[in-house]
Amino acid sequence: MDWQAISLSLRLSTMTTGILILIGLPLAWWLASTRWRVKFLVEAVIALPLVLPPTVLGFYILVAIGTRSPLGQAYEAITGSRLPFSFQGLLLASVLYSMPFAVQPFAAALSTVDRRLMEASYCLGVGRLATFFRVTLPMAWPGILSGIVLSFAHTVGEFGVVLMIGGNLRGITRTISVSIYDQVEALDYAAATKTSLLMLIFSFIVLAITYALQRKPVQVWMTR
Amino acid sequence: MKRTSKILAAALVALTGIFLSPARSADPADPAASTAAIKVAAAADLQYALEDLVKEYNTKNPTATVAVTYGSSGKFFAQLQNGAPFDIFLSADIEYPQKLEAAGLTIDKIFPYAVGRVVLWAPKTTPVDVQKLGIKSLLEPAVKKIAIANPEHAPYGRASVAALKSLGIYDQVQSKFVYGENIAQTAQFAQSGAADVGFVALALAVSPKMSNVGSYWEVPFDAYPRMDQAGVILKASGHLEAARAFRDFLFSPHGIEVLKKFGFSLPEK
Repeated sequence: MDWQAISLSLRLSTMTTGILILIGLPLAWWLASTRWRVKFLVEAVIALPLVLPPTVLGFYILVAIGTRSPLGQAYEAITGSRLPFSFQGLLLASVLYSMPFAVQPFAAALSTVDRRLMEASYCLGVGRLATFFRVTLPMAWPGILSGIVLSFAHTVGEFGVVLMIGGNLRGITRTISVSIYDQVEALDYAAATKTSLLMLIFSFIVLAITYALQRKPVQVWMTR
Repeated sequence: MKRTSKILAAALVALTGIFLSPARSADPADPAASTAAIKVAAAADLQYALEDLVKEYNTKNPTATVAVTYGSSGKFFAQLQNGAPFDIFLSADIEYPQKLEAAGLTIDKIFPYAVGRVVLWAPKTTPVDVQKLGIKSLLEPAVKKIAIANPEHAPYGRASVAALKSLGIYDQVQSKFVYGENIAQTAQFAQSGAADVGFVALALAVSPKMSNVGSYWEVPFDAYPRMDQAGVILKASGHLEAARAFRDFLFSPHGIEVLKKFGFSLPEK
């Protein structure tokens, strides 16, 4: 089995999920609490990767970060390295690609939290940030966790975008799904079967966890 | 709302930090990171021939190992134009390397390393004797799907189409085509029986994985333009010396012997 690809996929997914927590939570919180009339436009943009073919997304990202784009040139001028066909480029693409899988469950979970509880917290003199971490977040936790699990799993399974902008480089951009594709093309069915089976088991466990989390009533936190 | 914007700002700063951090290939246990691995983009027909050579090369040169990515030459060409970090490009034709040279992306001379051959391959499960019937086997009713490499970006696909046209059969069989993304995927379509026959590289057909489960008919050499396969070293390569060493290894008597074993004929000169 291609352990290098597996470890790369895990590293990519962990970092993607970490970034998505950092930017997804504030974004979801804003979506859940804003009364802005054109909020639906922002929601549509975030959900785009759900319906866009990965090839379209990959193509746009490749053009956007390529050596001919201002963004790509600026990145190269600052860091001295290039984004396409690099781990950083893959990370950027993964964050965009998996964003709806984090933000949507986050926003759904945060919007179910009873506003009166937060207001009570404010009245008791607790700041907004502290209220978010001590009241809102714990109450929305099952939804947050399923967002984390889903975005992690979705990044592990990513294929089209990786193929478009990754370049299939061993140890740098050859993720587990691309590695399986390679093994099939090399007629190495034994290896492909093993890796695929691992992915199947992994996916099942992830979904089982997700549904188990959704089954848990939110009241667990309320009755404390 | 002020607090929210503070969190947003903090997240942005953290993000910038991650992206601006120097390109690091992470853990030292990672073999691709710890040694000066040269990256080779190779046409998919080299899959098996190169596999043996690279394994050997890497045991002999543990400090400058070679990692190969296989794919269609046209796709690699597009990626290299966009700055893909390969050191060597082994194309299945000579035009792509020439175009890269014209674009000023290469260093040293283009080196033709082999001449490719196209064969018509059928798995044992297809009830058609390709060795006996040759190109006519495509007209058999049992042949419903013909795997062919995508002529848009795979040189073998272009050669297959040219051969079918010059043998005067293209229009009759065109509707049966299924396109592989590169020649290895095309071979996989036929090898798995998903397609009844396939136009594949001789170098793939002679590998044990395919020769054990099927047979082939060699498309007449004069039915398609000669497939000169050439390679080139990329200017952006960070490991010029190592790349040159591997190129020379390909042209060593042993390298030539292996290429011959896989059905490649050698370019004259």
